Amino acid sequence: MAEKVLVLVGTTRGAFIVESDGDRRSWALRGPFCEVWPMNHVKGDAASGTIYGGGGDQWFGPAVWKSTDLGETWTHSSEGLAYAEGEEPIKTVWSVAPANGTLYAGVQPAGLFRSDDNGATWQHVSGLRDHPTRPDWQPGGAGLNLHSIVVEPSGGERIWVGMSAVGVFHSADGGKTWEPRNRGTRNDYMPEGQQYPELGQCVHCVVMAPGMPDRLYQQNHCGMYRSDDGGLQWQSIENGLPSSFGFPAATHPRDPDALFLLPLNGDTAGRYPPDGKAAVWRTRDCGESWEALREGLPQENAFFGVLRQAMATDSLEPAGVYFGTNTGSLFASADEGDGWQRIAEHLPMILSVETLVVDG
Amino acid sequence: MTDSAEGRAVEVELPPALVRLFPGAVPKVRLSATNVGEAIDALNQRWPGMRDRLVDSTPRIRRNIHVFVDGERAGLDTPLAPGAQIIIKTAMIG
Repeated sequence: MAEKVLVLVGTTRGAFIVESDGDRRSWALRGPFCEVWPMNHVKGDAASGTIYGGGGDQWFGPAVWKSTDLGETWTHSSEGLAYAEGEEPIKTVWSVAPANGTLYAGVQPAGLFRSDDNGATWQHVSGLRDHPTRPDWQPGGAGLNLHSIVVEPSGGERIWVGMSAVGVFHSADGGKTWEPRNRGTRNDYMPEGQQYPELGQCVHCVVMAPGMPDRLYQQNHCGMYRSDDGGLQWQSIENGLPSSFGFPAATHPRDPDALFLLPLNGDTAGRYPPDGKAAVWRTRDCGESWEALREGLPQENAFFGVLRQAMATDSLEPAGVYFGTNTGSLFASADEGDGWQRIAEHLPMILSVETLVVDG
Repeated sequence: MTDSAEGRAVEVELPPALVRLFPGAVPKVRLSATNVGEAIDALNQRWPGMRDRLVDSTPRIRRNIHVFVDGERAGLDTPLAPGAQIIIKTAMIG
């Protein structure tokens, strides 16, 4: 049966869906959805076809939205999505992750929730915030938020989360107990000799290599990293890249040695592509070497940024790659990054990009 | 609404952006309550989840939601006289 690709876009003013057939040459846009709430992360569950959206509204607070008909209709819930009375209330949902029949949500202030009824009700995964280091957790530039959720596939108990500016934490028991896993990641903002602390790193994005649950990649405020042992030790893979700064990272759907990054020129330098020339950078040897992919991307006066959840791949062959800018443009490649086209523009600031491939 | 409940009946006006979030919700509703918190609980009975949209986990009325009782800004504990008019407004922000 023919396949259809849905690019799920979260923006500061609602969710959008940009859709194509498997050729990925002609695209149509639908939206805005979710009552134009700010949607930090819109993600599809490939197993069920359900689309989930995490966000938070300035008036009505945080919730997770859900569509079971590919975006035609939406409902929302935040039942149980709350800390105890008296604690700082949850401001917004930063990320959603359907995995192994459970739906996870990362929130600000940083914490993790789970739903075992497809987003109808929520339970706090309290072990994370019970960690004795919590008094030392410091907010990053976008607040103290939990933005990356990586769950071992095939029913595994292991979970990794990324929190800014706390670092990576890992649970080997489904979320009951946690430990920081930041060894080898740098904090350039500490004095010499103190740049590799146990926590306090500004992780921007963590992803897992397909078929290799012990291999993780990380884009950090201070460098790009790979771990081959589930985050126990990280090693820098930034040699060959034009900067050590960026936000998103996206894995290939099948090749664990491939990774896509979008380096920006630096945190105090404007946070746009180096020299105003847009490029996605690809490795096919797990970070040993990199190539810039520029064909079809603007090569002058590109002063946009790309946020941490705003790049994704699809599951087709060859893999599609997508990214959205904070200036509301959405770019797509149907050939693993070799060539690009802009498939939407004039959207609100794009906060997240994910894909869902369904039978057409 | 029972006779005694009718004696405590109040009228609540909801903002359009809230009504849009709940299929079947209407912009004006009569219900029975003796304070604002009870009125919001009654709204939640009719449209499950509405309390979360109006009240945070502190618990208090969300910062950018303004509740007026007979024209005066109110909180969750504000008492309601029989026949009181509650108007819920989204705050002007941005």
